[in-house]
Amino acid sequence: MASLQQSTTDDGAAAPAANAMRVRIIGGGVAGLTSAHAFARRGARVTLVERRAATGQGCSWYAGGMLAPWCERESAEPIIAELGLESLEYWRSAVPDVPNEGSLVLAPPRDLPDLKRFARRTSGFEWADGGRLAALEPDLGGRFDQGLFFPTEAHLEPRKALAALTRKLVDEHQVTIRYEADGLDDGEAPADVIVDCRGLAARDVLADLRGVKGEMLVLYSREIALARPVRMLHPRIPVYIVPRGDGHFMIGATSIENDERGRVTGRSMLELLGAAYALHPAFGEAEIVEIGADVRPAFPDNIPRLRRRGRTIYLNGLYRHGFLAAPALARRAAALAFDGTACPEVMDEDHREW
Amino acid sequence: MDAMTDTTAFDADPVEFYGTRVGSRLLLGTAQYPSPAILAEAIRGSGAEIVTVSLRRESGVAKPGQPLAGQSFWQLIRDLGVKVLPNTAGCKTVKEAVTTAEMARELFGTPWVKLEVIGEDDTLQPDVFGLVEAARILSRDGFQVFPYTTEDLIVAEKLLSAGCEVLMPWGAPIGSGRGLNNPYGLRSLRAHFPRVPLVVDAGLGLPSHAAAAMEMGYDAVLLNTAVAKAGDPVRMARAFARAIEAGRDAVIADPMEVRDMAAPSTPVMGRAVFGE
Repeated sequence: MASLQQSTTDDGAAAPAANAMRVRIIGGGVAGLTSAHAFARRGARVTLVERRAATGQGCSWYAGGMLAPWCERESAEPIIAELGLESLEYWRSAVPDVPNEGSLVLAPPRDLPDLKRFARRTSGFEWADGGRLAALEPDLGGRFDQGLFFPTEAHLEPRKALAALTRKLVDEHQVTIRYEADGLDDGEAPADVIVDCRGLAARDVLADLRGVKGEMLVLYSREIALARPVRMLHPRIPVYIVPRGDGHFMIGATSIENDERGRVTGRSMLELLGAAYALHPAFGEAEIVEIGADVRPAFPDNIPRLRRRGRTIYLNGLYRHGFLAAPALARRAAALAFDGTACPEVMDEDHREW
Repeated sequence: MDAMTDTTAFDADPVEFYGTRVGSRLLLGTAQYPSPAILAEAIRGSGAEIVTVSLRRESGVAKPGQPLAGQSFWQLIRDLGVKVLPNTAGCKTVKEAVTTAEMARELFGTPWVKLEVIGEDDTLQPDVFGLVEAARILSRDGFQVFPYTTEDLIVAEKLLSAGCEVLMPWGAPIGSGRGLNNPYGLRSLRAHFPRVPLVVDAGLGLPSHAAAAMEMGYDAVLLNTAVAKAGDPVRMARAFARAIEAGRDAVIADPMEVRDMAAPSTPVMGRAVFGE
């Protein structure tokens, strides 16, 4: 956490020194951008290579942007919560518009046992009765008798956040961003360290990486307003409804064991819309603005990893926890390169050659 | 078989489905685990030899003949060396179930299929009419069908005459964790079909439910949610495996009869039994 405090002062630092570490980041999703930031803060001369025409267009584009380390503890390993707490602090200081409104967990009456189980496996919440829920979210007044309120969680709009971070990297940290297909070879710009943040595309070298498909949709309604993300418990998938401002709501996300990009099924939409409708009938009248799907990279235990092979550090396997875990992993990647500080909790492989 | 004198029964007590012998009487579903690594550990730790996989939900296959999009997940399961029992979970019509089963046979190269034809969304109750029809079509087509059914005797008869050689009655609605809702019905099913392999499928929540099913003389138990949604799925899978073994051992050991009066377990010496 020390470097994070430091970060608030070293942001907007001067150009890297002539003998600065030359770092090339491959991939401009949440992992690549937060890595670029972490290395630039440490004084590295950073080039980021993105194969698409803009940053943040991969699975980061479809992310929910919930910064919910306590909620995630329900099904994720403790390390995710630990990384999440650190990342929560990062986002609050790194980008504008991170509402600190907490989050709510609700269940339809028939799924109340699931709410009890959720409470048993998490912490950092308060039980909220109908009155409290109505005070927090007036439009939900009278609809639910109990729920869990996680007051210290937050959320962000992933697309805006990554755009803001990209601007910050270029303007304040002199990070060079190249939009080209392949940054794997040195070409004309040799690097001391390569940070591979290609997500599922890195499966060519990380054989145990797999894809987990996620589908989402965006609704528009002026009939309902929410201040904070609401998680609707569902027997199979945790559906969350995240307010995006201006009447927009992101509903996500399915979690299906395959690596098929793009195709969104009717069944998934039924489930996502069903959860939104169960939260409030106004969503039945909402306009469908967008539907999307992409594939998250995950290791078999769904825990992200840093792997060092020679001068390359692989940062991958963020699974459902891109925004929740990336900043904390990025900081560890920089600490590994600069200080040689290994972090066994997220490293299963370290073959240093530099 | 005289289990009391057959010493091999204690060590090796295989159950047979369609001519395939397996040592473990626990069949595990593969959905909803926190991670594939935990799923793999639960399977290994419990010794389960048969796992069910849901084709529709996980494979992402739109048409037969396309490669499996969920390949890494299947690879993880294949690496465990277990037998795969594809299921038709979520299918609501005969046609859907038959198509899914055909897809599964092509993709997994097995004639086995756990046949589900769901009749109602809230209870996920089998549509037994559709089930019998689909079982007939699939059996005729060379499938070895494991039908997910109710404890109804007549439905069971129809399934057997449709070609099924295994029956899988529910304990309670899928995912409800309620245990054996109708012990009388399950007992009478067992009594009616003493030689058909019977598997209690769905609705169990606790190892004691599984032990009770085995004590009734059921041949095996199929679970998913009770293990996958436990706080520690690996430990819960092991707990179920032990309970199933305990229940099975109890049957082989031939339990005592229930009686109304106390019967001292220590011989009463030197005391008049009558006339006190």
